[in-house]
Amino acid sequence: MALNIVVCIKQVPDPEHFSKVSLDPVTKTISREGIPAIINPLDKNALEEGLRIKEKFSAKVAVITMGPPQARRALEEALAMGADEAFLLCDKAFAAADTLGTACALAPGIQKIGHFDLVLCGNETVDSGTGQVGPQIAQFLNIPYLTKVKEIAFDEERTLIVKRGLEQGYMRVRVKLPALLAVNKEINKPRLTTAFGIIAAAEKEIKAFDCRELGVDPNDVGISGSPTRVVETFQRVSQRRREVIYGSPEEAVKKTTERLKEFGALVQ
Amino acid sequence: MSKEIWVWAEQRQGRLMPVSLELLGKGQELSRKLGGKVAAVLMGAEVRELAAELLEHGCEKVYVAEDPILSLYQSGPYGNLLAGYIEESKPEIVLWGATSVGGELAAWVAARLRTGLTAHCIDLYIDDIKGKPQLVQVVPGWGGNLALKIVCDTTPQMATVKPGVMAEAPRTKAQGEILPLAVEIKGGDFRAETIEIVEEELEERPLEEAKIVVAGGWGLNSLGSFELVGELAKVLGGAVGGTRPALDKGWITESSLIGQSGKTVSPDLFISLGASGAAQFTTGFEKAKVILAVEQNPQAPIFEIADIGIVGDLKSILPLLIQELKKGL
Ligand SMILES: Cc1cc2nc3c(=O)[nH]c(=O)nc-3n(C[C@H](O)[C@H](O)[C@H](O)COP(=O)(O)OP(=O)(O)OC[C@H]3O[C@@H](n4cnc5c(N)ncnc54)[C@H](O)[C@@H]3O)c2cc1C
Ligand SMILES: Cc1cc2nc3c(=O)[nH]c(=O)nc-3n(C[C@H](O)[C@H](O)[C@H](O)COP(=O)(O)OP(=O)(O)OC[C@H]3O[C@@H](n4cnc5c(N)ncnc54)[C@H](O)[C@@H]3O)c2cc1C
Repeated sequence: MALNIVVCIKQVPDPEHFSKVSLDPVTKTISREGIPAIINPLDKNALEEGLRIKEKFSAKVAVITMGPPQARRALEEALAMGADEAFLLCDKAFAAADTLGTACALAPGIQKIGHFDLVLCGNETVDSGTGQVGPQIAQFLNIPYLTKVKEIAFDEERTLIVKRGLEQGYMRVRVKLPALLAVNKEINKPRLTTAFGIIAAAEKEIKAFDCRELGVDPNDVGISGSPTRVVETFQRVSQRRREVIYGSPEEAVKKTTERLKEFGALVQ
Repeated sequence: MSKEIWVWAEQRQGRLMPVSLELLGKGQELSRKLGGKVAAVLMGAEVRELAAELLEHGCEKVYVAEDPILSLYQSGPYGNLLAGYIEESKPEIVLWGATSVGGELAAWVAARLRTGLTAHCIDLYIDDIKGKPQLVQVVPGWGGNLALKIVCDTTPQMATVKPGVMAEAPRTKAQGEILPLAVEIKGGDFRAETIEIVEEELEERPLEEAKIVVAGGWGLNSLGSFELVGELAKVLGGAVGGTRPALDKGWITESSLIGQSGKTVSPDLFISLGASGAAQFTTGFEKAKVILAVEQNPQAPIFEIADIGIVGDLKSILPLLIQELKKGL
């Protein structure tokens, strides 16, 4: 069984620096100047799962991202982890997409790579975290899909038995390939890149496609292909008491306990 | 045909998910402004009792798709049927619970209908946008208490909302009607087939039920451990929660994450320790009766939403607070 696996990865600002991320008041998009970019953490789990399948059976693992030119860095890291091929979807027309506009570029991108059996995604990203892109790609590709995947096992040759998380417990699902699976953190522990991996990656080429090369109508992607629109940003004002207590720790704690009793907050 | 606002009423194992009744409450509020009726769509094997429950909470129409094949959630048929029903009835707005199932289903249906979907809304209301009444969808933004207003230019306008964010629709005299829908299964619908749902007992008491919640953030790192958060919770008989950095650190489990990506709680007392107060975090406990925050940076946005704020170092304050509260109870 030779499988073709495509892993979708998104470059995101490092959550450790989130306090520095701001929203551009004019364009209403995230400004990430000076903030290091990483591969979205769950997308590394998706790649790890692809690589493990490759180690068990014979498979080819491609990674794909839609993003600005610097998203190339994320692809390089994925190649160093062990991916075989990398594809960058890059065009001004792709900018400021909502999840529909994003899926509208990624689905034809995946088809452009060629024949595929399994598409792997992260369940959600750390920078906007809608979790919508995976199911939407699956819809455009007309393949079955599952989210919150925490375990993948091969049943018959082209059938998987998947454990998919629920609020309380899990669901067991039988899925026929080709399919899209969006994975959770529990599925595995992503490997680290090795020096050998980095050297091997230098040999691998990153292919870039723009809108025209994908054969996509620019009106279906980016901001034009996005039905949702940010109309305004605003400060939410809270109606709370907002009493701030300074002073020595002893005094502050004493005063706080008094207040809590006053408010009846300690009664159980 | 009059405008309708739809709520996807999710049932699991024959029980209505509470978020469905919460969305119904919001749907009723929206319909008072927009006009038209609030309807629920309910799918499953035998769901008449659940339909009655929706009517008893003021739902005006319950569309019911009943078939043994729909007893468990099946992503293929559920998605195809719902998209079909929406195409046929053309509701103005569709609201979905952002549960583990509702989130993916809404996304898939949105793609199939080529319409927008706003995730994890913290508020929804109708407002005139360019002279047209539209659904304004509020989501947390970046930097303190910043929020974004999002609108959608295509119909239906669709949004997901996490459990616990909206208030449940009150009980009233049932007056609405139950309308059956045709269930037509297409070839290929079962390429992904749910075999079983396994319910697992939770290890801890659900955070949502606790009267007191003590949550820790990245600031606990300077104490070298999360231990004192647990101790304070124990003294108060409360539950432990945390921010995303606390989850990333492995101090808390996913089921104790509070905020946009985690749980929404409304305890009598919420204590936030060493958390800056990002909107994605604070949205998870906005409805707490009393909020106490301990944080060393006086500029931190957490103080904007706290009833009582202590500016200071957790290293000295937390042990004292535990001691004092032990005495006081
Ligand atoms: C604060 C904020 C809120 C937003 N809310 C919404 C909203 O409610 N609705 C909406 O439609 N848009 C929203 N957006 C826009 C959204 O962030 C973009 O559409 C983004 O391109 C993809 O969404 P996501 O990060 O939520 O992806 P998710 O759906 O969370 O991503 C799931 C997986 O899809 C794959 N993936 C996602 N993006 C890419 C990519 N560019 N390249 C390769 N693989 C990818 C990855 O495997 C990822 O793990 C929001 C943006 C911000 C900043
Ligand atoms: C789409 C999306 C969804 C998200 N969902 C969530 C979510 O559900 N829940 C969530 O929590 N976050 C979420 N986040 C992340 C969120 O934006 C913040 O990054 C996060 O809440 C910050 O956590 P924190 O306050 O613990 O850390 P920080 O912001 O780093 O704050 C730590 C604070 O501790 C203080 N401190 C340090 N040492 C001490 C000391 N000794 N004594 C007292 N104070 C001290 C510091 O002054 C600082 O203010 C989400 C982000 C995005 C983009």
